[in-house]
Amino acid sequence: MLLQAIAFYVFAAVLVASGAMVVVSRNPVYSVLFLILAFFNAAALFVLIGAEFIAMILVIVYVGAVAVLFLFVVMMLDINIVKLKEGFLDYLPIGAMIGAALLAEILFGLGVLGGTSGTVSTFSKAGAQALAIDNTRAIGRVLYTQYFYLFQVAGLVLLVAMIGAIVLTLRRRPGVRRQRVSDQLYRPKEESVTLVKVPSRGGVS
Amino acid sequence: MFAAVATFLTTHWLGQAILILLECLAVTVPLLVAVAYMTYVDRKVWASIQLRRGPNVVGPFGLLQPLADGLKLFLKESIVPSSANTVLFLLAPMITFMTALIAWAVVPFDDGWVIADINVGILYLFAISSLGVYGIIIAGWASNSKYAFLGALRSAAQMVSYEVSIGFVLITVLLCVGSLNLSQVVIAQSGWFWNWFWLPLLPMFVIFFVSALAETNRTPFDLPMSEAELVQGFQTEYSSMPFALFFLGEYANMILLSGLGAILFLGGWMSPIPYAPFTWIPGVVWFALKIALLLFVFSWTKGTLPRYRYDQLMRLGWKVFLPVSLGWVVLTAAVLQFGGWVPKH
Repeated sequence: MLLQAIAFYVFAAVLVASGAMVVVSRNPVYSVLFLILAFFNAAALFVLIGAEFIAMILVIVYVGAVAVLFLFVVMMLDINIVKLKEGFLDYLPIGAMIGAALLAEILFGLGVLGGTSGTVSTFSKAGAQALAIDNTRAIGRVLYTQYFYLFQVAGLVLLVAMIGAIVLTLRRRPGVRRQRVSDQLYRPKEESVTLVKVPSRGGVS
Repeated sequence: MFAAVATFLTTHWLGQAILILLECLAVTVPLLVAVAYMTYVDRKVWASIQLRRGPNVVGPFGLLQPLADGLKLFLKESIVPSSANTVLFLLAPMITFMTALIAWAVVPFDDGWVIADINVGILYLFAISSLGVYGIIIAGWASNSKYAFLGALRSAAQMVSYEVSIGFVLITVLLCVGSLNLSQVVIAQSGWFWNWFWLPLLPMFVIFFVSALAETNRTPFDLPMSEAELVQGFQTEYSSMPFALFFLGEYANMILLSGLGAILFLGGWMSPIPYAPFTWIPGVVWFALKIALLLFVFSWTKGTLPRYRYDQLMRLGWKVFLPVSLGWVVLTAAVLQFGGWVPKH
């Protein structure tokens, strides 16, 4: 138990510190890298409470895909770092308000500020262990039965977002010569190869 | 004496820590030797494809060549370009090398021979392999050179594209197994070699292998480091040990993906014929042979095929592999559901 407690405090401390560094670091590339570190530590915390499926999905989706694209875009930006930091104090109140709201939600969820306590704990490791199945299976059982429609709706929302992004960026340019692989593959031999009898020292005209 | 040591290793907390360390060494040391000799085998295979002899000077049959190469790289000066971001520049090869090594924690070498037999083994491997791109992209950015940067961008786009189809391949396999545990994946394939998943899931095996070539930046998908146009891509500014770490990481990744292919499609540690005398051979030997087979195909491809053009690479990933693998996932799910073959656990 002591080892778990030490691991928790180490991961939590690094998580909070890297979260702070995301906001305050001067170079946006460092910000993204600290964000990735924060994701990792969050995944480690999930592993500590026994939610290994969510931990792995967090790493695969956020670190493996989303953050790569973040990094991709941020690296290609031509950024004036001094200019970027100018609006920091203007946005600080809004950010602080959002942060406070999220903190309040967590505290309510844990029952610290009153309300129904233990909303969070029903989804904890103990809940999964009571069913005597691993939590991948436990999530699958509720996700594809009880929350099936919500799951489908979430998928549809993502699909709409994807189509929207494609519609916004698709432009048809006239006069572009495209490669059609099927045309190339189905080109008959007669069209593409000619056999020529070359006379000695004559060459092909 | 022996019993006392065994009790110490399994019960005392210090003993347990030492045991974990020993287990890690027992995987890492043979892996690094395999990586070193993989470079030798690679060069020998290309040499015989091109009717050359390959390395044959250092030691008998050139067998000491990898050690000589390693020593040479070790003795070279490591150069950090003055305009590079030093911390990230040196961190990048470490990330590549480390991600290639930590993935081996969940690989089962034989029945029960696994460091961490976790329930989400496939997802862990997938997560770790998706991290490999960071070493490359950070290297490209930190080098502050246009060749390195272009190589890194290419590599990031390529790896993200091919990961999608690898993900679908993994989903098909786990549908057939009904578990995310890698040992369970192997056990589900027990029996004759036609029970292994390569035959029922043959298209997925092909997609997996081609995507593995793209994930490891090997020919015909080695555009991130295509020497004709980008010098050496993201490795352009690297020398000495940082370069060696990239190189070792790349080969370790190749062995890892071959191992994953062996587990998912070639029955892991199972012997191809489930009768004596084939079952007398330890499972780890079969596993190593299967990895060696896949690695040979890696070298064979590199010696044979020309490099893809970048738009063709993207076309293959998004317009061919993605629809085919998605369709195969749906097909497999339908066949399992309506054929009554859904694995029960």
